[in-house]
Parts: sequence; structure tokens; C-alpha cells
Amino acid sequence: MAWDIEGNEKWTYEEIPLGAMTLEGGTGTKHLTGDWRVKRPVWDSEKCIHCLQCWMYCPDNSCKAKDEKMDGIDYEHCKGCGVCAQVCPVNALTMHVEKDIRAKGDEKELHEHAEKVLKEEEGK
Amino acid sequence: MAEKKQTVMAASGDQMVAEAFRQANPDVLPVYPITPQTIIVEEFDKFVADGKVHTEFVPVESEHSAMAAAIGASAAGARTVTATASQGLAYMWEELYVAAGMRLPIVMANANRALSAPINIHGDHSDIMGCRDTGWIMLFAENAQEAYDDTLISFRVAEHPDVMLPVATTLDGFITSHALDRAELMDDETVAEFVGQYKPAHSLLDTEDPVSYGMFANLGNFYMETKLGQRKAMENSFKVLREAGAEWEKLSGRPFEFVKTYGMEDAERVIVVMGSSIGNARAVARELRANGEKVGVVGLRVFRPFPAYDLVAALKGAKAIAIMDRCETIGGQGGPLWSETVAAMATAGVSIPTRNYIYGLGGADVTLEILYQIYEDLKELPAAAEKGDVIGVTYVGARTSAKDSQSNLVANSQTAAHKG
Amino acid sequence: MPNLTEIRWHARAGQGAVTASRLVAETAMDDGQYFQSMPEFGAERQGAPLRAFTRISSDPIEIHNNILNPDIVIVLDETLLPTIDVCEGMKEDGILLINTRMTPEEVREVSVEVPAGVQVRTVDASNIAVETIGRDIPNTPIAGALAKVTNVINVDSLKKYVKNSFAEKFPEKVVEGNIASIDRAYEEVH
Repeated sequence: MAWDIEGNEKWTYEEIPLGAMTLEGGTGTKHLTGDWRVKRPVWDSEKCIHCLQCWMYCPDNSCKAKDEKMDGIDYEHCKGCGVCAQVCPVNALTMHVEKDIRAKGDEKELHEHAEKVLKEEEGK
Repeated sequence: MAEKKQTVMAASGDQMVAEAFRQANPDVLPVYPITPQTIIVEEFDKFVADGKVHTEFVPVESEHSAMAAAIGASAAGARTVTATASQGLAYMWEELYVAAGMRLPIVMANANRALSAPINIHGDHSDIMGCRDTGWIMLFAENAQEAYDDTLISFRVAEHPDVMLPVATTLDGFITSHALDRAELMDDETVAEFVGQYKPAHSLLDTEDPVSYGMFANLGNFYMETKLGQRKAMENSFKVLREAGAEWEKLSGRPFEFVKTYGMEDAERVIVVMGSSIGNARAVARELRANGEKVGVVGLRVFRPFPAYDLVAALKGAKAIAIMDRCETIGGQGGPLWSETVAAMATAGVSIPTRNYIYGLGGADVTLEILYQIYEDLKELPAAAEKGDVIGVTYVGARTSAKDSQSNLVANSQTAAHKG
Repeated sequence: MPNLTEIRWHARAGQGAVTASRLVAETAMDDGQYFQSMPEFGAERQGAPLRAFTRISSDPIEIHNNILNPDIVIVLDETLLPTIDVCEGMKEDGILLINTRMTPEEVREVSVEVPAGVQVRTVDASNIAVETIGRDIPNTPIAGALAKVTNVINVDSLKKYVKNSFAEKFPEKVVEGNIASIDRAYEEVH
């Protein structure tokens, strides 16, 4: 059975997988937690030395790495905890108030990105 | 099938459980030793050292860790067993619910023992009754033979697709766990065929079929539905227990009954009891019946699921019933066996006066005199009930100076309808 | 259960009373009898007085309680006699078997108050053990003496059991020593 997080509140006891098991891997990606964020980490690629400390510390796999290099932040899942900014040795990551950034009109960009991520997930 | 062969053994209950574990060849056994379960661990460790089983024996640092490791191993799809007693079982407590809620077919032996304080290493049911609401199937062995048979039957029930619940097979500390008893050991091949292979539907370690255990079921999500699923599985276990028990009887010649009865074809005065004291009651009833007294014994081997139907069917001809609890529910109306029995009779519309006896705490000797006394007490019970006398919980075998006691070893405690 | 025999053992921890009660139980098993054997568990330390219990019957044994009225009491260590009432609860016509150099008469005169109906039997099991096995482990010879003074176990069955079960663990010399200790205790018991 494909695991649909949207539908589980309607399951009867017979429909729930045994022991309330999740019958699919990596379902956390379907749960978009980016809108929990009060503060947003902003990455400065100029300053970054690609030590990947942020990638190691991020509890939500939201510091993305590509070819052993830092590759930006997944704002769909980043909850804004700020650990990346704390561990960054060169201040390439800084925390900013989310609503201020949104007020500047970055909201649209954010939304487009969210749609792209969801499409990719469905494609899998 | 090769011709089956049973060997007569002189063995303790713990040794017989260890033999049953060996024959079931579990994948993982995480365990922490505690008296009076220790022999199970020692014997099994020898089997591992001698290469007689291919089990991953995990000596952990506490019972909490033992159950945590058992949960992990079982979720990974391993046939998992463990054993404990007393404070150890109490230390596992929160995780007993996890094992049952995650529907992991762990088989655990418990050598029933008192709980502190005061500290006491001997046999009673205080520890195991603490897990009666955790969602585990619970079996009570009367002797070493039943401890062996119950353990083997447990695998069949726990791992059945209609059940998938953990099972606690219990034996009374020292009395059954340590005393040398005569027991028959079935040959390995017959047991292997009876127990079968555990084929889990999913495994936590299977990367081709990724699953997650222990997920979050919040308000309005599916927590209640999951609990209902456990209850339904427990109901299903009646049928599976009966079938597996019947199959084992065919192989071994020993019946597996939820409720064992003696003299119940005409008994008017009846003792209801569990564990190693069933035989004591039977021996006394046998003597009294030889003198023409209509007495009987009902012994429970299965406590979860509670065999209400079988129990009421056995009891409905009785005129006075003594229900014996080897543990306390201080502040409650009576012990757990009493509560369940009375509820079962009330639900079935059967009204027979009962008395609740608390006995044998901390391994206190269950003398035959105690049982003669109880059968004697029961003569007065119907008339007392008729008059509306309230008889509360009765302690037998405890010293008292109270004026209302019938002897200096019997004290009544007016828990029911106490006016203060 | 009229054919039920109940035995209580008195010894000090480390003297092999538990092994002896097991020896008697397993010999009875080989003869098709039913049995129970249970040590009394408490503080387990070398030299502490301890008790063990054995039941033998031709019928299945269903009771699980302490033996309060033994048919037979076996004392593995005579130094227990002044401090412990070994006759407590004994059947009126019971048998008291003691590992001692004393004769039954001496036991009655100097050592313990024994009820008139109780039969006192003695055997110097420690000395026999030293001479046959080479160590003061009186449990095997005392079982031989038990076979002589009661019919609860058979001496040939006992020797057969010792031969078979000891052979798995001990060299032949030890097995032979144990068999010899049974024969001597069987002959020398007063």
C-alpha cells in the first residue's frame, strides 16, 4: 500500500499497517516543515569554504551538498533551528527574520521552489 | 516426519524453558540475569557456547536495555526471546507496551517473583500481574512440564499472522523455576516442525522494502484504532492458542487447556487458582472428595486473553467460590484474578457468592492446611451471602492479632463497602 | 498419596546436599518413579546451614510446598545437631540418618532428643568418602546408606546411575571410588 500521509486520519483499524508501521522509506520528505520557520538561514556562497559542518549538523537534512560541496538550503524542510549558523566557522550562514524576507517579495520564489520539490517527489 | 521421541528429564522449570528456547532456535536473545530466572540464562548461554543454537546472545546492562534490544531485533525480523523476573520485569514496564503496540512477536519467560519492598527473591505473582494491561499474552505454568509446553506453544501464537503479539510464559519463582521436577523433552526435529520458521511480513533491515517502526499517532490520528487492532488480535489469539495447543497435544499427549478443572462435574465448593498452587488445591480436593465432599478446583493456565467463557462454563454449577490471588492490589476491591472472575460471571448473568484470598506472597508456603481451611470457610459462604454479610479480602498464612481473625494466620480486610 | 516418601536434608552449604538430593531423585527417575527435589534458597554462603527436600512417589506429584512432616531426615553434618532441631515435624515412625562416627545409641544418649518411634541410623560417610573417593564429600555414600535403610531407592539402580552419569564428567578412578563408597556405606550403616 502506498503511504499517503493525507489520508491516514480516515483509516479504520483494519487499514492501519500492523503495529502502525510506515510501509515506505523516506516519507519525511513529504512532510513540508519549511513554514514552521521563524528565522531563515541565508547562505553566502562567496564566504563558504565548503567544510560541510552545516551539512553534518543539520537535523533535517536541509543543508544540501553536491559533489562534496555545499549547495544551498532546502527551504521546504528547514525549520530554522539555526544550528548551521552556529557551527559555520566563517559566518557564511546567517539567520534572518523570515517574515522580513517574505515581505521583501521572496515569497514567490519560495512557492515556485516548493512546487518543484513536490513534483520531483511525485515523479519518483 | 521422523518418529517422535520424548525423553524423561529431571530438570528445573528454568532448565525446561532454556531447552524450549534452544529447540525454537531464536535469532536473538538479549537478556539480563535476575533471580530466579538466572538458570534460563546460564543454560542458554551454554547452548550458545557449545554451538547447539545459532542465536545472537546479547548480554545487556539492564532489563530496560534487554527489552529495547528485543524490540529492535524483533522489528528487524528476528525470532526474539528474552527472560526476566521481578524488578527486572518492572524495569521493562514502559517497553512492554511498545513491544505489544508495535505488534512484535517476542516470547519472554518470567520466573514470577515478589516485588520490593521489603526485598524478597521468592515466588509470587506481584511482578507479572503488573503487566496484565500491557497487551502481552500471558500463560501460567503449573510445573516444569507446562513451562516447557507453554514456551513452545507461545511461538506459534505470537508469530501467527492473525495475532502478532508478544507472549509472556510464566513459571513460579523457585517453586517451579528451581525445583527439580520430572518433565518430558520432545525430540528436536518434532519441535522444529511444530514451531516452524518465523517469516516476518516486513523487516526493518530490508533495504528493498523500507519500513519505519514506532511512528507518531497524535490526537485524532489513529492511536485508538491501533489499540482496537491490538484488542482484536488478542481476541484472535483464543483460536490460535486452542489450535496450537491441540496440535501439541497430538504430538506430546499432554492437553493444553485454558482452564483446568478437577471435580467440577458436581463440585459445590470451588477453589480458583493459578500457577504452582493448582496441584496443592487438587491434592486437598482429592482427599475431601474421597470422603464424599463435593469440592473442586479450577486452575487457569491462560490469563491473557482472559478465558471468561471457559471459566464461567466450569464454575456455573458451584455454590461457593474461593478465588486465590498470589499478589496484592492494595486499595482495590480484590486481586486481579478475583476481579476478572467476578466480572466474567456477572457478564454471563451467573451469580455465585465468592471470597477473595490473598496467599503465598513473597514465596510464603502454600500449606495444605490453608486449602483445607478455605474449603471449610466456603461451607459458611452461601448463608453469609444470603444474610448480606460483607466479607472482604482474606489474607491466609499471615500472622495477625486482630480479634476478627479466624485463626492467628488469617486476617480479613473489609475492603468492600467499608463504612469507616 | 500413600506411597509418597518425603525426605528432608540438613547440611552446610558446600557439602553437596543439593547434589545428593538430585542423585536420589534421578535414581528414582531411572526406576520409573516420580520425584521432586528442591533446595531451600536463601542467603547462599559456604558453611551456612541449609535444608533441601526430596519427594519420591510412584504417582505423579502435584503438590508444591515445603515438606513439614518428613518420613526421612538426613543429616550430612553432625555439627548441626546441637543447634538445629533436625527432628522437627518428623513422622512418628520416621527414619533419621546421620553422617557420624557415633552409633545410633550414642546419638540418642549424647546428641539429640529423638522421639521414641523414630529409628536412628548412622554411617561414617565422611570417612568412607575420604577412603574411597579421596575427599570428604559424604553425599554419594549417604545415598548408599539410604538405599540400605529404606526401600525408597534401589542400591543397584543408584550404582548404575552413578556409573552412567559420573562417567560423563569424571575419570574412571573417581567413578569407581564413588561406586565403592556406595557399597561400603550400604554395608557399614548402623
